[in-house]
Amino acid sequence: MTDVPTLPLEADASSSESCARAPVGLLAELTHRCPLQCPYCSNPVELERSNTELSTADWQSVMRQAAELGVLQIHLSGGEPTARRDLEDIVKTAAEVGLYTNLITAGVLLTKERLAKLQELGLDHVQLSIQDVDPANADRIAAYKGGSDKKREVARWVRELDMPLTINAPLHRQNIDNLPAIIDYSVEVGAGRLEVAHIQYYAWALKNRAALMPTREAFMKTVEIVNEAKERLKGILVFDFVVPDYYAKYPKPCMGGWGKGLINVTPSGRVLPCHASESLPGLEFDNVRDRPLADIWLNGQAFEKFRGTDWMKEPCRSCPRKEIDFGGCRCQAYALTGDAANTDPACSLSPLHKDWAKVAEEESHKPAPEFTYRRMGKKEPATTG
Amino acid sequence: MAEPKTPSRLIVQADSVIKLPRHIKLRHDAGRGIYLILAPERVFEPDDVSVEVLKLCDGERSVAAIAQVLSEQFQAPADVILADIIEMLQDLADKGVVKS
Repeated sequence: MTDVPTLPLEADASSSESCARAPVGLLAELTHRCPLQCPYCSNPVELERSNTELSTADWQSVMRQAAELGVLQIHLSGGEPTARRDLEDIVKTAAEVGLYTNLITAGVLLTKERLAKLQELGLDHVQLSIQDVDPANADRIAAYKGGSDKKREVARWVRELDMPLTINAPLHRQNIDNLPAIIDYSVEVGAGRLEVAHIQYYAWALKNRAALMPTREAFMKTVEIVNEAKERLKGILVFDFVVPDYYAKYPKPCMGGWGKGLINVTPSGRVLPCHASESLPGLEFDNVRDRPLADIWLNGQAFEKFRGTDWMKEPCRSCPRKEIDFGGCRCQAYALTGDAANTDPACSLSPLHKDWAKVAEEESHKPAPEFTYRRMGKKEPATTG
Repeated sequence: MAEPKTPSRLIVQADSVIKLPRHIKLRHDAGRGIYLILAPERVFEPDDVSVEVLKLCDGERSVAAIAQVLSEQFQAPADVILADIIEMLQDLADKGVVKS
């Protein structure tokens, strides 16, 4: 039996052959609004403002189109998806058209009544993020007082409602020593899955890299801890482990291959092959307001640009791993080499790999600088009259 | 509303009664022409034998009874089938796909 992840974290492209033409997962970033200010947020540094967000009817149309296209799972994310008051309407439509619905939430805006309502409307699964198990540190990282206690309460509600729960714990130098306690916490709150997600250094996390990057030794320790816990907690807690690619030998198969299994819709309706792809020049992003989702997926310029392997240069082009990791991440390749078609420097075959990995070693051994918290830009929205 | 139970690993045996939890969905996907198991942030592609077994995991039959049904269906020795499906179901239990 093969196992296909429907979120990009550790997508294994080699196992998704039978789903070649339709995406298995759609990441719906319902809003960029969020009460938390985590310095590693995966949203772009230029956040989309609330007055550009898709309407309820737009999102419902996206759900219907996604199901028709063959999408299996819908990941309702953000920002904080529960900041949208019409989340119920969106979940209801998604469930009606047969999509498996996953709520990716920070939890702090939820009430038990609302959660029960979402379940009744067809919500299948809740992924709850935590910043740490130490409340003071967690609240400092999220810049949100009381968040940690509220999250524990939300986890309890999810289990009281007999819904499946995943805990998502982004890991970095300022909480990495608490990994054993994070694992205990996950068992204690009744989670079935734990994502031990080393930070991926794009967008906000790249701004804060020096404040977040763990040492190689600290990273290696987490590998040990997770391997031991996996065995010990077999049948109790399923682990997803995302490694920081600064310390990897080969790059991760970003998005499980460009335009292969996953699709992303931003709050304003832009359709992206990956949530970071707006950082790349020369890509034209279509909007669900203007063009059918299936047409964008199959023929959109941004999707065609790096689909398959024809765009590759050496050393990827002749590499036996080219359909395993697809040369890594286009955004990272562009940010660090100036050409998105180059090998991701996360790959040890990249000429830049050595210098790049050294940056991580150096930064992680210096004192951590202050966080640059994730905030909306100061620019005021356009006013009328 | 039940209080969350202390979690423990399900060890699949001949007398285990197995079912798919509500949030695990076995479904035929017409577009792809295959069966799929939808699970939290995962899609599993079960092979034909797994599909037959999972369809029989109704929360009433024991694993031994399922082996008996398949033994008649495929005219194969029940004990061989039983050993195979215990292994298969244990793997799925460890992935959170089935429970007792």
